[in-house]
Amino acid sequence: MSIDTDTARRIAGLARIRVEEADLPGLAGELSQILGWVEQLQAVDVSGVEPMTSVTPMALPMREDTVTSGDMRDKVMANAPDAREGFFAVPKVVE
Amino acid sequence: MSELATLTLAEAREKLRAGETTARALTEACLAAIEGAAALNAFVRVDPERALAAADAADARRAAGEDGPVLGLPIGIKDVYCTEGLGTQSASRILEDFVPPYESTVTMKLREAGAVALGKCNMDEFAMGSTTEHSVYGATVSPWRRAGDTAPLTAGGSSGGSAAAVAADLCLAALGSDTGGSIRQPAAFTGTVGIKPTYGRCSRWGMVAYASSLDQAGPMTKTVRDAAILLGAIAGHDPKDSTSAPREVPDFEAALKGDMRGRRIGLPKEYGADLPDEIAALWDRGAEMLRDAGAEVVEISLPNTPHALPAYYIIATAEASSNLARYDGVRYGRRASLGQGDGIVDLYEKSRAEGFGREVQRRVMIGAYVLSAGYYDAYYLRAQKIRSLVRADFEAAFGQVDAILTPVTPSAAFPLGEMEGDPVKMYLQDVFSVTLNLAGLPGISVPVGLSGEGLPLGLQLIGRPWGEAELLDTAFALERAAGFGHKPESWWR
Repeated sequence: MSIDTDTARRIAGLARIRVEEADLPGLAGELSQILGWVEQLQAVDVSGVEPMTSVTPMALPMREDTVTSGDMRDKVMANAPDAREGFFAVPKVVE
Repeated sequence: MSELATLTLAEAREKLRAGETTARALTEACLAAIEGAAALNAFVRVDPERALAAADAADARRAAGEDGPVLGLPIGIKDVYCTEGLGTQSASRILEDFVPPYESTVTMKLREAGAVALGKCNMDEFAMGSTTEHSVYGATVSPWRRAGDTAPLTAGGSSGGSAAAVAADLCLAALGSDTGGSIRQPAAFTGTVGIKPTYGRCSRWGMVAYASSLDQAGPMTKTVRDAAILLGAIAGHDPKDSTSAPREVPDFEAALKGDMRGRRIGLPKEYGADLPDEIAALWDRGAEMLRDAGAEVVEISLPNTPHALPAYYIIATAEASSNLARYDGVRYGRRASLGQGDGIVDLYEKSRAEGFGREVQRRVMIGAYVLSAGYYDAYYLRAQKIRSLVRADFEAAFGQVDAILTPVTPSAAFPLGEMEGDPVKMYLQDVFSVTLNLAGLPGISVPVGLSGEGLPLGLQLIGRPWGEAELLDTAFALERAAGFGHKPESWWR
């Protein structure tokens, strides 16, 4: 599996990580190396095998549908890089 | 240096019970040892005032007639655990200045039981790595050196800070976490004991997430007995983690008998492929020790072993890309400074580019790719099927044997920088350890011997799901037979 520069750019975009143009060929090479290594799995016969979705087989527990936590706005916002008047501040989202 | 920091949990507990020492004296000894070990970079954040206050509180509880397995014992905490009011970064720049407003369940259990949290131990960023070099705090240096050589070695990873701290007697024990070998490999590299419990044995609540279906908390200690003590203190059901199991926690320490008669131990033949002579010889010796202790040792087969590591890297990176989506520069942590006209996507992309280290970026991108439209079936779904095959291998094996003995790592510790620029080579460090995380099984690393260069080597024992008590007992027998007892020379003081 060889990743070209365009694909590397697209993957970085999916991951929401800014990668400068000059760094894309190097990134493409690294991703190709890793994906080339996992490619060996394509040779494994998995016909009829169910995907594993629960690590230790157990039913997920149910609980009462009630509020168990909350009312701690200031605690929640205490670590925000930019919080104002009880809101998280971000750049303009809607034009 | 005071001898107190060199004690095991069990020894310190006896001295506390006998009134021969105090939690304050133990804590002061550890704080002094930490202060003298800056060269190791094992502890990255220490709060002496808070630790001493906890020690005094423990002494007061003891004076009032209370006792408990970890009451008054000073312990190091991997930086992956949220500690209320004490900075927690999972060794990442993106969590710069993050001070958790809450405490993780396992550290809360320790706090309530009267253990003393000394501070935070170094690790690979978000627990992604096998060397503790990928850390915003800089690399941890192992207290161990090759005979006649001063080159700095890795303490392993990702719990390398915890391992180095225990090996160098900076604390009596430490908490690590294990997603693909992050407790067991550093334990093997530093001559310490590390156990990854069954998935669901300990709560993951308040642990900074890497790969949620693989992550588990666990102890890193000087002895198997200490591992039993500390595991008992952190295990148990937690309603705040829906994958933690509502099961009774057995008395792990009471299970340590070391009588292997009637026990069957399996050696998976697939683990012998391409094994260096030194590791193969160690494995033979370990098998011999268990045989001498009364166990029957048989060859078994885990045929899907070769597929486990690549499947692990697909599953772990996929889960990481989804877990780490929360670091957006908005709610907590580092935010990049923006240029004129930059929008919300620029905010995300620039903050993540600045905040994540290279290895984390790589894994998040691989994860995003294997989950993306058109590739999901070929990568992620296929890896989940292979995960079923790996678990089925173990289920079949545990029909024939009670425990499985394997190497932990393909080599002894290596110099820092050696894996730089070759991610796949670093990933291969985990070849013997990831299979357990995929299958959710408990595993323990026990120091068994020294390499030709004078470095510790460990062996791994794998147990049945929820079989930690029996597993610790087998490890106890192996530890006793191996009689490791080596310590690094204290060059760092």
